[in-house]
This record gives sequence, structure tokens and C-alpha cells, in this order.
Amino acid sequence: MNTKAIFAVLFIVLCNAACRNDDVIIPSEKEPVAPPDTTVTTPDEPQLTGFYLLNEGNMGTNKASLDFMNFKTGVYHRNIYDEANPSAPKGLGDVGNDLQIYGSKLYAVINLSNKVEVMDKHTAHRLGQIDIPNCRYIAFHEGYAYVTSYAGPVTFDPDLMQIGYVAKVDTATFEVIEQCLVGYQPDELAIVGNKLYVANSGGYMIGNYENTVSVINIETFTEIKRIEVAINLHRLEADAHGVLWVSSRGDNMEIPSRLCWIDTDADVCGGMLDIGVADMAINGDSLYMYSAGYSYITNEWEVNYAIVDVAKKEVVTRNFITDGFEKNIVMPSGIMVNPQNKNIYLTDAINNVHPGKMYCFDSEGKMMWEVPQTGQIPAHFVLLYE
Amino acid sequence: MFKIIIYTLVGIAMAAMLPAQNVAPDTTKVYEIKEVVVSAYRYREVVPAQRLSGKRLEALSSFSVADAVRYFSGVQIKDYGGIGGLKTVDIRSMGSHHLGVFYDGIEIGNAQNGTVDLGKFSLDFIEEVSVYNGHKSEIFQSAKDFGSAGAIYLRTRRPRFKGAKKTNVVTYFRTGSFNLVNPSVLWEQKVSENVSSSLNAEYVYSSGKYRYRYTRYNANGSIASDTTAIRQNGDIHSLRIEGGFNGYVEQGCWNVKGYFYDSEKGLPGAIVDNVWKNAQRQWDRNMFVQGNFQKYLYDNYDFLLNAKYSNDYMRYHNPDTTLMYIDNRFWQHEIYISTANKYSILHNWDVNLSVDYIWNALDANLSNFASPTRNSVLAALATAFEWRRLKAQASVLGTFVYDNVNIGKANDKSEYTPAVFLSYQPFVRMRLIVPLRIRAFYKNNFRMPTFNDLYYTDVGNSNLLPELAKQYNVGAQYEIRQDDNIVNYLNFSADAYYNEINNKIVAVPKGGSGGGSLYRWMMMNLGYVEIRGVDVSAKIGTRVGAKNLSPMQINVSLNYTFQKAQDFTDAKSKWYGGQIAYVPQHSGSAIVNTVWKTWDVNYSFIYVGERYHNSANIAVNREQPWYTHDLTVGKTQHIPLMTGGKLKIAAEVNNLFNQAYEVIHCYPMPGRNFKIVLKLEI
Repeated sequence: MNTKAIFAVLFIVLCNAACRNDDVIIPSEKEPVAPPDTTVTTPDEPQLTGFYLLNEGNMGTNKASLDFMNFKTGVYHRNIYDEANPSAPKGLGDVGNDLQIYGSKLYAVINLSNKVEVMDKHTAHRLGQIDIPNCRYIAFHEGYAYVTSYAGPVTFDPDLMQIGYVAKVDTATFEVIEQCLVGYQPDELAIVGNKLYVANSGGYMIGNYENTVSVINIETFTEIKRIEVAINLHRLEADAHGVLWVSSRGDNMEIPSRLCWIDTDADVCGGMLDIGVADMAINGDSLYMYSAGYSYITNEWEVNYAIVDVAKKEVVTRNFITDGFEKNIVMPSGIMVNPQNKNIYLTDAINNVHPGKMYCFDSEGKMMWEVPQTGQIPAHFVLLYE
Repeated sequence: MFKIIIYTLVGIAMAAMLPAQNVAPDTTKVYEIKEVVVSAYRYREVVPAQRLSGKRLEALSSFSVADAVRYFSGVQIKDYGGIGGLKTVDIRSMGSHHLGVFYDGIEIGNAQNGTVDLGKFSLDFIEEVSVYNGHKSEIFQSAKDFGSAGAIYLRTRRPRFKGAKKTNVVTYFRTGSFNLVNPSVLWEQKVSENVSSSLNAEYVYSSGKYRYRYTRYNANGSIASDTTAIRQNGDIHSLRIEGGFNGYVEQGCWNVKGYFYDSEKGLPGAIVDNVWKNAQRQWDRNMFVQGNFQKYLYDNYDFLLNAKYSNDYMRYHNPDTTLMYIDNRFWQHEIYISTANKYSILHNWDVNLSVDYIWNALDANLSNFASPTRNSVLAALATAFEWRRLKAQASVLGTFVYDNVNIGKANDKSEYTPAVFLSYQPFVRMRLIVPLRIRAFYKNNFRMPTFNDLYYTDVGNSNLLPELAKQYNVGAQYEIRQDDNIVNYLNFSADAYYNEINNKIVAVPKGGSGGGSLYRWMMMNLGYVEIRGVDVSAKIGTRVGAKNLSPMQINVSLNYTFQKAQDFTDAKSKWYGGQIAYVPQHSGSAIVNTVWKTWDVNYSFIYVGERYHNSANIAVNREQPWYTHDLTVGKTQHIPLMTGGKLKIAAEVNNLFNQAYEVIHCYPMPGRNFKIVLKLEI
């Protein structure tokens, strides 16, 4: 009968070509990318093992991932979290936003998974998680972690305002023990002396951005001051002179992004430099930064790879890449400087969809080696010492 | 890789070799005979559509139009899961913006985002669903009909009255998994000899709750994690009311109809680590009135008029204040007027001129919203020619778009897009034409950037150009219908195609930084995609048992699609040439429908091969193949002492083997689920 023949064909098709495999944990991938580092350091200098790189992953896709670069072997380990933690049902989570090491632990702030993932810094084995809704960035001080969050109390009257807060977390128990309200949509934070500084963005209030840095007395954990700086603040990092460097995102329309500084003795804004900032890393007296933004004024992407002298408060160069390699970078998305050899690590998110890339430049700004494939939107580095 | 093609071809060949013998009417035939008015021009179609209609459509355990079009070849569906979940369709990987959806002959527009949620369209009282590649290859149609790279036509039930009957009443009631409650009723009234009215209403409630499961295995085969949860916030309430009049005039016909749809639903959202429940909600209200008039006027001149006004409202609400609080409302209006004018120069040579005018407006409660309005004029000149066994058709469509915005700037756009369709029956044996038809078409199409692409606050880019699609298709179809044979229907078709998408509108990162925010993207004309594909389908109808002894009728339909849809945007990229997001290389479907006396049994199977959720085709972006088996058993009982009175009870099991699958990354689909359907016809 023809129907039998059809069923037979169907059956064969089903059995041969159609079958699913089980969802097996995707193993990490190892790729030699650099010559092994044989530099001998003096015994009093801490030994650098390598760095972790957190890939953000696009919103709603649960694609945050963790990579590790081993300097000793020159091997890049891609997507190590799942293999290290096979029992985590949905992996690292949705949108990685910050990565830090404190003590023996590695902390990954996973923004839309509402958690800070705590791992062993050598194995990336999961030790637990800190539940904080809409968490953004993390900093540490004397056994406590401080995490900014957008998810504070809400006022509906007269306007809808969503206040942010800083959560104080016991790093031994992973419990939030206290909250301190700050401004709207707080982003990066930094500790200078006994004061905690928080950059408020107001990112949910387009056209009505925040323009202040909150100052928190870390002993009493209360906000003691607001410093007016510029709109839509984001990055915040202290230099060796006790000066805080803050980036303003601008409004993406008329007001451009800027780099500002705060005098932490007087707690006032000291001034701003005429340069846009997307991300930055301070090393010694050099602030390494890049900016990348679409300008509605010129209808062009404007990209700078700059160094600012934080002591003189002036731009040293607007392009630290000296071999012309910048034309190969599509969309810079993260930066870090190696404090020992002053190498500069720069990530490229390309189109935010495909796996990104990472480039290592030497202290002269020449491209040395590259990681041809990272995770999706590589953005947050942390160095690992032995 | 080619196993499926080979097996399908072997299957077709085996079926084709079977002897053709006698009897038993095709079950859909009763309907088709009466379609004279609507399909009077169907003989002009150079490339026929894929169709599902009548009882076969009803027998599929489909809830919405989206469920039914999954069975066609060349169609990809994006299904976010559940009864209220968004379901969009695209044909031959060209993107859903190139697909036109026509409801009773007039396109359903969405100037805001250009896509139509086919999950919103119920199949109750839909009589026929047809899918065309290129456009519908006839010429007596509005200019809009020429303006899509693929089209779905939904035709609602047209009243027919048996004998002296003046009233038809049909009611459905469905219930089952997901706490579904779904009553609907249709009332048809014969107003006069030439005028009939129709009114129907449908209500849907579902909690949208279903169990889903994520299981991950270690390399040694042991279970690494196994999580089962209940899908939350997927509830829907919706009400649809639709009614109108149909009438005939001498050598012509007309209809007017009104449509109202109102729904509130939860958006269950992506399941990501540590987030197993979302709170966002959406309200939709769609209303339109439309009318159609067509008449053979005089001296070989046919005239067609279409008109429509539609009014759409959408509210998106995120009440979860740990995220950005959002309460956005959007209002859309559309006015559409179209005429088509066909003149027959010779009995085998027609020309047609169609002109459409469309006005669109979008408003929203967003700050800095551009409140765009758009005036579009479409003009299509087409000709059709038949000579012996050759049919040919050519058309050119001109589209002229003028936008106005309150904030920012708007650019005018104009495009000309030609199309040519040919078909030929090459063989004659013993003075009879062998029913094998070879066909080919070439078509250019473009899609206008939508209002969101152009003007959405901070994301849109008013400098966007239209996205262009080029299609080349060759194929063949062999069809026989012999009521007296054991194999009473045979239809094999195969097409190979090549498509190109130029200036593809894609979201690109804007730079700066933002932690996954919408505002880090903007729209650009960046992409270039080439699509190579093969669609193969076979339909076989056979009768088992003697004609006079209530034989069993078995109809089998098989579809297979092979597609290589590659992203060639950036030659320097490591992922140059990767298969684009969510397009499987292999996909297919099978339907076996058996009718015996008052019983019918329908089995349907869908297979979608492995896909990647972006064009970097690596393990972390891979999506598993999925395949579901659905089974429906129905029994129809004639009600004694009532002419035409019928009661039908059907039981459905969907996803019979309880596969845990995802069509879209992080959107788990329901496992095995059940439905009971009652249908009463008076």
C-alpha cells in the first residue's frame, strides 16, 4: 500500500536525520593566543597568573559567559563557567555587568539575573550567590562588598521615580545586611578613605538625567553629601592622589560624554576634560580610556583611544594605538592595563551579536597578540594574582 | 545532510509509481465547487498557492493561523510559546517584513513595526489559508498584492445556504490544557436572494500555565541538572467580534465587514538564570472596517475597489519596578483605498492597472516621539498572457512614500520593482496534456523601513533606505485528480530558489555603554544575505475500500524544505557565510488525515532541524532540532430531524511525546497538552 510506503519513508527520515541529542554541557575551549610569559618577577612583586574576562551577552538571552587568559601558558580558555559548574541549571545568567576579585573569591555581577555570582578565584567553582535585584557594580572594603542596584523604592507621586541603593554584603555569608539609598540608577562606585562614592546616572529618566555623585560615610553607611558633576554619570575610579575620575555619558543627543574629576578632600567637582569616555582604567598617573559613540550631530561614530595624565589633568594622547591597528577595531567594549608590564587589553564587541575579540597592545601601543574569539560582548576584566 | 532530501524523493517516487485507479470524492471538494465567485480568476494564477482549506484545515489541531501555516513548505515560524505568545512567520528566510498578510483580500498593515502576530488570528470561520511565494501571480488585484516577497491570504467563511435554509448557526467550544476556555459562535442570515449577512464572536481565556523542563547532561551521559517549572504570566483574555454583508450584483459582487479584537495578556518573557517569572503585560485593541466591490463593467473591462480604515491601540506595561518602569501606549491609524482596472485586449491577453493610496499615522506617549505620518502611493501595471500551454505574467510596481515627523527629519522614498512569472506544460501524450507544469519567476521586492526603524526615540535612524529582496525561482508541479481511482489525488511539486537581501535593516551597536539597554542599538542598512533553498511537497489522496461500502479516505501531505540562508555582510568576519539566525537547514512536515464514515483522525508532524540564534554557527549559539507529533480524533453526528444539523466532538493531543523544546532561545514551549473541541452546526 502506498500509505505504508509513506509511513516507512517517514519513519526512516525520523530515525536517521531528525534526532535531537541530549543537551550536553558545552565544554570550554582552549586556544593558544600568546607566547608563554616567562618573565621572572622579584619575589616581593605579586605574581600575575592571568585574567578573567566577563562577556555580557545580550539582554534576555542568558548568554553571560566567563573566559580566562593564562599568561604562563599563553592559552586562552573560552566559556569556562558551564564546565566548572555543570549543576547550574541556566549557566552564568543574563547580562554580565561587573567582575572583581576580593580575597580568594571571584565576583561576577549578573545584572538581569539579579545576582552576584560568587566563585572560587582559581577554579571558577560556584560558591554561592548574592541576590540583589538589578545589580550593577561591586566594590570591597574591610570584609564587605558594596553593590549598586537600580531597584530601590519607587515613588509614584507626582512622577514615577525609581531610587537606587547600595547594598552592603557580608562576604562570608553572602547576605545583604544593610542598604543605603542613593540617587537614581546608580552605576560605578569607589572607596577613598572612609568614604564610598557612587556615580548616579538617572538612566531610566531620559531627558531628566541625574548629575550627582553620592558620598556615603562607610562607617555609618549613610549618604552624607551629593556632589554635582555632569549628567548621566557612569564610570568612577580613584587615582593614587585621592582624586576621583568620573565619566558622564551625556544624553546621546546634544550633550556629549565627558571626563570629570572630583577632589575628595573638599568633595567638589574639580573640572572636566573635553573628551568622551565609554570605559577607563587607571594605572599610576595614566588614565587609559576609549570612547565610542554615535553622534547625532555629525552622524558618525567617534572613537578615541586616549591617555590622560591624572596628575596634570590633561590629555596626553587621543590615540594610544601607534601602529594603525585601530582601524581593525569595530566597537571597543572594555579596557584594562597590566600594572607590571603596562600592556593594554582592549575588547571588541564587533556587532554585539557575534563573538567578540580581544587585543593586547604593548606599552608602546603596538598590537602584540589577539584573542580571535571571546564570548558575546566581552567587556569586564579582572587580573588574577597567584 | 542530504538524507532527508533523498528519502523524501524516494518516497515521492514510490508513491508516484503506484497505480492510479478509481473513486471517492475529495473531502474538500464540496467547498471548492461553490467558490466560483471568489476564485473566478484563479485560473490565471501562474504559480499556484499552497493551500489548506475546509475540513483538512479544521482537522489540524491548530489554534491560530500561525499553527496552520507551519505545515507549508518554505515557511519559518518564530513562536514564543503559549496561546498568547507572539507568533510571526517569514517565508524563505527573507524576514517577516517581506511577508504580506491579507485578510479577506486586504492587507493587514503594521506601519509601526512591520510584522503581524499571526497568533492573534483564530482559525474558527477561516475557510482557507493560502501561501504564495513571490506575490499572488494573478493580475486583477490591488497594488499592495504585488508588494510582498511572500504572502498569506486568509479567507473567512462566505455564507452558503443549503436548499431553503435562511439561517446557519455554528458554535464551537474548546477547553483543555492551559485552563483554556474558548467559545465562539457564528450566525449567518440570508437577507435576500443576493445578500447575506454574517456575524461571529469568539472569546479566549487561558491561564497560559504549562510545565516546562530544562535538562542538561554531563559528557558521560549523567544528568548535570534537571529543572521543571511552570510557565508564569502567560495568561490571555481576548474577545473578537466580526461581522458583515456579502452580496452579488449582475456580474459582480461586494462585501463589507467590521472587525474588533481586544485582548489583555501577560508576556511570559525569557527564562534566564534566576528569573523564572516576569511581570510585563500587553493590551491590544484592533478595529477595522473594510469593503470590496468588483464587477465586470462593459467591453472586457473589470473593476475592483477596496477600502479600509483601521485603528489599532497597544499598551505595553512593565509594572516590575526593579526594572525600568514602562507604561507605553501606541495608537495607529490607517486609511487604505485601492482600485484595480483590468482590460482584456484579447481573450488570452489582459492588462491591469492598480493604484493604491495609504495613509498611516502613529502616535505614542513616549517623550521625544516623532509622531510620524506616512502617505504612500502604490501603482502597479501588469499584464497576463496565455498561449496554448504557456502562461506568462509581468508586472511593475511603483511605490512612493512621503513621511512627516514632528521631531527630526524624514526622507521621501520611491522604488520600482518588477516581477515576471512563467509557466508551461511541456508534454503532450496521446493528445492529452500531461498535467506537469514547469514554472519560474523572478521578482524584486523591497520593504520600507518601519516607523520604529526610522523614528523610534533614540534607536531609529531616519537615513535608512528600503531593504531590497531579489527572488529567482524555478519549479515544477504534477497534479492529477481522478475521483474514480483508488489514488484519487496526486500532487507533487518541487521548487528551487535563490534570494538575495540587500541593504538589510539590522540593529547595530551604537557604542558608549549601557548594560544591555535598548538604547545602545541603532538601525542601519548593513546586512547582505543570500538564500538558496529547495521546497518539495507531495499530496496524495487515496480511498480504501469499495466505493459503495463507505470507504475510508486517506489524505497525506508531506513537505520538506532545505535552506542555506547565509550572512555575507562582512567579508572580514570570521562568521562570513554563516547560516542566519533561526533558519534551519532542514525542516518538514507531514499530515495524515483519515476520514471514515463519521470519524476522522488527523495526525500531524512538524520537524525543524538544528538552528543557530545568530550567524556565528558555534556550539553556544546552537538550538536543538525540535519535532512534535499532534493527533486529533473527531466524530461527527448528524442531529435527527434537523436539516444540516451536526454535532462534532474532537479530542486533540499535541506534542504527543512530550518533547521539551524551544523555538526561540529562552522561550520554553509546552509539553504534551490536550484539547476537547465541540462543534455544533444548525
